[in-house]
Amino acid sequence: MTASVPVTAGLFELGADGSGHLLGGWCAACARYHFPATTSCPYCSAEGCETRRLGERATLCLFTTVVNRPPGYSGEVPFGFGVVELPEGLQIIARLTETDAARLAFGAPMRLTFVPLHLDDEGRQVISYAFAPLEPT
Amino acid sequence: MTAAVEIAGVGIHSFGRFAEQTVVDLGVAAVRAALRDAGIGRGEFQAAFCGTVYSGVAAGHKVLTALGMTGIPIVNVEAGCASGGAALGLAVEAIRSGRCDCVLAFGMEKMPKGIIRSSFFEPWREAAGMAVTPAYFALRAQRLMRDAGVTREHLAYVSVKNHRNGVDNPHAMFRKPFTLDAVLASPVVCPPLTLYMLCSPNEGAAAVVLRRASGERAGRVTVRAAALRSHLPGSVLGEHTPMCGLPDDAITSPTGLAARAAYAEAGVGPEDLDVVELQDTDSARELLSCEELGLCAAGDAGRMIDERRTDMGGPLPVNPSGGLLSKGEPLGASALGQIVELYWQLRGAAGPRQVPGAKLALGHTVGRGANASVIVLSR
Repeated sequence: MTASVPVTAGLFELGADGSGHLLGGWCAACARYHFPATTSCPYCSAEGCETRRLGERATLCLFTTVVNRPPGYSGEVPFGFGVVELPEGLQIIARLTETDAARLAFGAPMRLTFVPLHLDDEGRQVISYAFAPLEPT
Repeated sequence: MTAAVEIAGVGIHSFGRFAEQTVVDLGVAAVRAALRDAGIGRGEFQAAFCGTVYSGVAAGHKVLTALGMTGIPIVNVEAGCASGGAALGLAVEAIRSGRCDCVLAFGMEKMPKGIIRSSFFEPWREAAGMAVTPAYFALRAQRLMRDAGVTREHLAYVSVKNHRNGVDNPHAMFRKPFTLDAVLASPVVCPPLTLYMLCSPNEGAAAVVLRRASGERAGRVTVRAAALRSHLPGSVLGEHTPMCGLPDDAITSPTGLAARAAYAEAGVGPEDLDVVELQDTDSARELLSCEELGLCAAGDAGRMIDERRTDMGGPLPVNPSGGLLSKGEPLGASALGQIVELYWQLRGAAGPRQVPGAKLALGHTVGRGANASVIVLSR
């Protein structure tokens, strides 16, 4: 089995069993989360945000399908693409594992997963985060 | 009392594909046409502002170098899809401040085909397949369908309407009418959006000469407002394409902010407008723009289309030029292309596209940054 590497550092962390967590920023000044984590709060401008794990469950807000390979991307198409809301009161842009928009619905429960993108120069599998329907479709 | 600013002349290089011409060639053509229209030449404008995104270093300088019209301050302005609007706004301010009597605003672009590749996105977002602009458009379209009674047929109709208008525009890239069925049956790009519901990035240039209004002039067109705004934080589908947002639908969009500022500056409201050119990068964007500009109530975009309110002959024609759906979108030129069209509309010189008796007009662009520009003109 080839090693998996995140598409960029700081976006999510992976456990030994393949599970993982997205990493968000928490602003103590305005008590809100953002993603990806940054030290300055993008909402209230306060400094000193801390990095926290975000929940693995979400609800689906909006969804579409990417049919044509977008610029700078060498992975597979089609793939799902949408907005999910996390329990922390945060909406994030995410890939979806379901490619058929007709099989998705507003408010559907979703769970965090990881999807392969491409192999890097050292032959390692580069992965990114995605959300999958909680119930098998 | 600040000085009134009038449009002295306009020029355009048609929007389309021009393999034999450089971006500087396009800019030169538009600037020459505008100066000729204004009846002025070298030494008769005191500053120039050039809107462009992809033309590289000092592109505006290269245009004016080719024309032998340098020595004045030349500033290149990048504000995404609103670059031309930003250039016009700076030109207006240069006159209102009393620093200049006559200023040139122009914009040009030469863009590759297909989905726009933008250095705006970090490389990892491209590698993750998340630098996919039409997917963001599609999510906004789905939100409109969820919240504003908009159907796929409404989206298709916007494209039908704009392509019908574009048939009469010699400066448009696409001059062929489409049926509703043809739009719906065109290839799906990102559902609910099909190919014919999306505009094409392309090539073109536009230029506007502004001067301080003095004395009497028949049919004078004045710039009543030129507002530029960026986004407020927190909107997950904002044009700044963030990775996150807050579950709050009440965050005013950059278009809403710019519109509010422009209406206040001009002392008018959306109900006073006679003709509008607005951002229709995709069909849903036109409807969203209508809501954000106050041309219809929030949630009423579907009904506005059902009632054909924005058709030629309707109470408020939108995109009589054919919009970006017909013209294509050369980023730096698109906002000024709208101003060229609206100037002709207000002068009664728009030929078969003329909105009869138009006296008050609005131009709107919005995009990457986020940036939104709203310009109000009156005769």
